[in-house]
Amino acid sequence: MKPITMPTPTAPHTRPAKTIEIAGLNFFYGKTQSLTNVNLDIHDKQVTAFIGPSGCGKSTLLRTLNRMYDLYPGQRAEGTILYRGQNILEAGQDVNMLRAKVGMVFQKPTPFPMSVYDNIAFGVKLYEDLSKGAMDERVEWALKKAALWNEVKDKLNKSGLSLSGGQQQRLCIARGVAVKPDVLLLDEPTSALDPISTAKVEELISELKQDYTIAIVTHNMQQAARCSDYTAYMYLGEVVEFGVTDQLFMNPARKETQDYITGRFG
Amino acid sequence: MIGEHSSKKYDEELEAIRSKVLLMGGMVETQFEQAMECFRVGNDENADRVMADDHAVNQLEVALDDACSHLIVRRQPTANDLRTVMATIKVITDLERIGDESSKIARTSKSLHGRGAVNGLNHFDTVRTISVATTEMLHDALDAFARLDGKQAMAIIAQDALIDHEFKTILRNLITFMMEDPRTISSALDTLWVAKAIERIGDHAKNIAEYVIYVVEGKDIRHTTKPATSERPVL
Repeated sequence: MKPITMPTPTAPHTRPAKTIEIAGLNFFYGKTQSLTNVNLDIHDKQVTAFIGPSGCGKSTLLRTLNRMYDLYPGQRAEGTILYRGQNILEAGQDVNMLRAKVGMVFQKPTPFPMSVYDNIAFGVKLYEDLSKGAMDERVEWALKKAALWNEVKDKLNKSGLSLSGGQQQRLCIARGVAVKPDVLLLDEPTSALDPISTAKVEELISELKQDYTIAIVTHNMQQAARCSDYTAYMYLGEVVEFGVTDQLFMNPARKETQDYITGRFG
Repeated sequence: MIGEHSSKKYDEELEAIRSKVLLMGGMVETQFEQAMECFRVGNDENADRVMADDHAVNQLEVALDDACSHLIVRRQPTANDLRTVMATIKVITDLERIGDESSKIARTSKSLHGRGAVNGLNHFDTVRTISVATTEMLHDALDAFARLDGKQAMAIIAQDALIDHEFKTILRNLITFMMEDPRTISSALDTLWVAKAIERIGDHAKNIAEYVIYVVEGKDIRHTTKPATSERPVL
């Protein structure tokens, strides 16, 4: 009888390259410290999820990654955030270019009060000078990337506000993708969406990670478990545990993480 | 381990499942003990009862499977809760099989005692050691599951090798009997089926112990030659 041969074991899991390396990060809202000594790497073309109770600093952390906090006086960050080897917290950084490379999508869909087409073209025009034909192509490409093209291709001139909530959110993702960023930051992108739109956005996340590095903040732990490769559990401004998502949800190393993800918190 | 969820209802659902598993464990333990008593003295009524009890054990398995599925769909358990539910689904399968093996012992007892005694072969003495060791092992496995005691579970796993060894001794012993006196063949084979059933119950008890390790440490040590527990502190 022919012996049964076992399949060759797959190569050991090698960690992909790091897109962002955060070290010793502290963040202050005025005198209030809201992030304490955060050390964490965000890996290339992987999805990293941030979970934790309200006020734990996960959105704050996300906002430091493209210096969104710069828009507000009194907010400051200390430490280093290396994006592709360069410390983005240093003075003299081109914040606009940084935000073009590190795009962000917010909790509530924020389409501009203009047509679907212009919503996408608006950001692109800020960074690139494209011909009409090239811009048309870019808009179509971005809408296809965001899995929205088929739904809006016949109403590109209609207002972005006329779309449904789920479509609006995907429009915002398309807008973020259109400038061809390197990293996408998603701050609770599905919290205002119904389950079908949520499923579409989640599907989109797994599509987009082929080309982009993604960081997502979510209150929905199942979403983190479904969509992400790495998960960080944060509490009171600190990263309590950071690791491979499957491992963190099956067998977390820290009791605090276990209490939170099993619903024993508070 | 189960308490303190923000949702009290969740605690109640997990506790209800746990209690039912322990109830099922108690039932199969009794079934096994009674089956061995039937094998020792021969009592048709008791043997029939052991076989009838199997129906209740089967019903409990179905109810527990259902409760676990409902818990998963309602609560989406994670980490130790998920491991508890997954282990429970496996443990009840083992418990149900222990019930089946006990029924088999009861049925074999009826046929053995129905044929009357055979000179030379003391059927119960032959399996006494393996029976005592397995009874203890099953009890300890259920105890370890109830208390989620990883250390006790490791000790149980080691014990299974002794039971396997004892079965091989019985096998050699019975072969000798059968070769020396063919009139003992029927009884010797019945005794062998019983010994095999006991040995299988030992395997199921070992499985339960392995699931305890899985719940406590998150490590799946099945089918590993040298089970090693983690150095990570137990949560």
